[in-house]
Amino acid sequence: MNSVAEARPISSAAKRGGVARLARKYAMQIAIVIVLLLIWAFFFWRSPRTFGAYDIYNALMSTTPYYALMAIPLTLVIIAKEIDLSFTSIMAWGMAGYDVVFLLFRETNPSLGVWLGFVACLLAGLFAGLLNGLIVVRLGIPSLVATLGTQFFWRGVVLVVTNAQGLGMTPVKATLLYPALVGRLAGRIPMQFVWMIIFAIVTWFFLNRTKFGAHVYLSGDNTESAKLMGVNVGRTKILTFTIVGVAAAFAGFVVSEGVLFLWPTLGEGYLLNTLASVFLGGTSVFGGTGSIFGTFIAALIIAIINPGIVAAGWTAYWTQLIYGGIIVVSVSLQAVLRRRMA
Amino acid sequence: MSHVVRMENISKTFGEVTALRNVDFEVGTNEIVGLLGDNGAGKSTLVKILTGYHQPDPGGRIYWKGDKLEHLSVAKARDLGIEVVYQERALADLQSLWRNIFMGREIANRWGVLNLAEMRNETRRLMTTAMGFTSAAITPESVVGAFSGGERQGVAITRALHFQAELIILDEPTMGLSVTETKKCLEFVTGIKGAGKSAIFIDHNIFHVHPVADRIIVLDRGAVAAQFLKDQISLDGLIEMLSHVARTGGLDADNRTTT
Repeated sequence: MNSVAEARPISSAAKRGGVARLARKYAMQIAIVIVLLLIWAFFFWRSPRTFGAYDIYNALMSTTPYYALMAIPLTLVIIAKEIDLSFTSIMAWGMAGYDVVFLLFRETNPSLGVWLGFVACLLAGLFAGLLNGLIVVRLGIPSLVATLGTQFFWRGVVLVVTNAQGLGMTPVKATLLYPALVGRLAGRIPMQFVWMIIFAIVTWFFLNRTKFGAHVYLSGDNTESAKLMGVNVGRTKILTFTIVGVAAAFAGFVVSEGVLFLWPTLGEGYLLNTLASVFLGGTSVFGGTGSIFGTFIAALIIAIINPGIVAAGWTAYWTQLIYGGIIVVSVSLQAVLRRRMA
Repeated sequence: MSHVVRMENISKTFGEVTALRNVDFEVGTNEIVGLLGDNGAGKSTLVKILTGYHQPDPGGRIYWKGDKLEHLSVAKARDLGIEVVYQERALADLQSLWRNIFMGREIANRWGVLNLAEMRNETRRLMTTAMGFTSAAITPESVVGAFSGGERQGVAITRALHFQAELIILDEPTMGLSVTETKKCLEFVTGIKGAGKSAIFIDHNIFHVHPVADRIIVLDRGAVAAQFLKDQISLDGLIEMLSHVARTGGLDADNRTTT
């Protein structure tokens, strides 16, 4: 009896310490959720009719994944202290792969053409991502420059291959790929949002629970020490670029499927939203830290601003100004928070 | 005395520059060797040969526990258990203590999935047994960037010992540390001897090297200028001798002590 009575205050004190520690550890994640909730509450207050109805959420869940599917794996590249600017063109390059393969089967077996085209799309993305990694790691070209170059290069290849012609995607509707990627789960939830959640969980698992993820953090934090301790920094970085390549091709397919048309300009306009999601989510441009959860929430914040502004009754001209403001303020707050914790 | 490593007739030239000239160097089993010398004396070249970054010029021989090594690569040196602890470059500042301890040697299953519980528990054990971290503020999850210089050296040395390093090379481990931190760091160096391992302690500061080294070797302009067992020389004698070396570039034959 006595020992239990003694133990109780200790264990509750330990629990309090544990809660405080968890709060400190996840301060960034908690902060970003609060930011999302504040912005949402503000828009809800300004326009309860829009934000009280399902339509707006349906729209957000349909379009946010278009760039979040890339922002989530891009988080790995940035934690590894690299950057990728080429994924917008890789989206289109992957679909050029789809285009070429699908056209081979259009007359004979369009369904087979869709499936093989999908595989070709992912393989094209894999190849482009791998190439980014090899240029950066093996040739030692800074990733900012290397991927700026490949961004132009792949866009150029797409324009040449497709002759700048678009392609209808309606044959996809006849295959399982359509309901699986852009259909509705239980008739309500857009499938691309389900894929966004799957991407987040899988990427989180790889980042935090595997050797590869540990090496991603170490490569970005202290490259030299990681190398001295036997971490294969080069291979780790190449793998992160490759994953982004595949994800970009996948996102390109999902976007094209969503609008049932393949535009050769596919991907243009996604660069800033994607990068902003990663940085707003608390991933440091200096490498070594970052979180998938942060990127996930930040992508939603980016997504909610534009419709929110319109629903609040302002002109959409405000959108960019507010994007900029939120990003600068959040990133500054993160820097201060990080310094405090160190 | 048996040797962990023995280097014979080591020379190294880089183009026109001779970094090392016919150096003989050895580290005994469970011995701490202090390596002193000015900038450019050849300390780091010698260490880089020992860790496989550089190959010695033809004619140089390296023996590991009596066996001659034909070609010492970086990977081979690591496998043998030669580990360098660099002060600034040793740790990943933004990562937790356990991630630093297991850096590059994470415990994982064959799919690469980490065994977090085991790494955390092992880190917790090392914190009390080897690192002497008793403060409740430090946990295996603590980020090492917040640690003091002495604690960081402790983490790096503990990591080397934990992974069975036989010979730990400390490259100016006390540089930039406060008096208390230096004391803590020197305790970790002594701990290497206590663990039955060997070390090379490279430093400019003889006041740090003298108390912990068993033997002191002075390099000057690429050659061994002098070496002493610690018992053979007092701190004052060492200071006098070093300034003599600095002035004249070596010792007279009758002043030279051999071991």
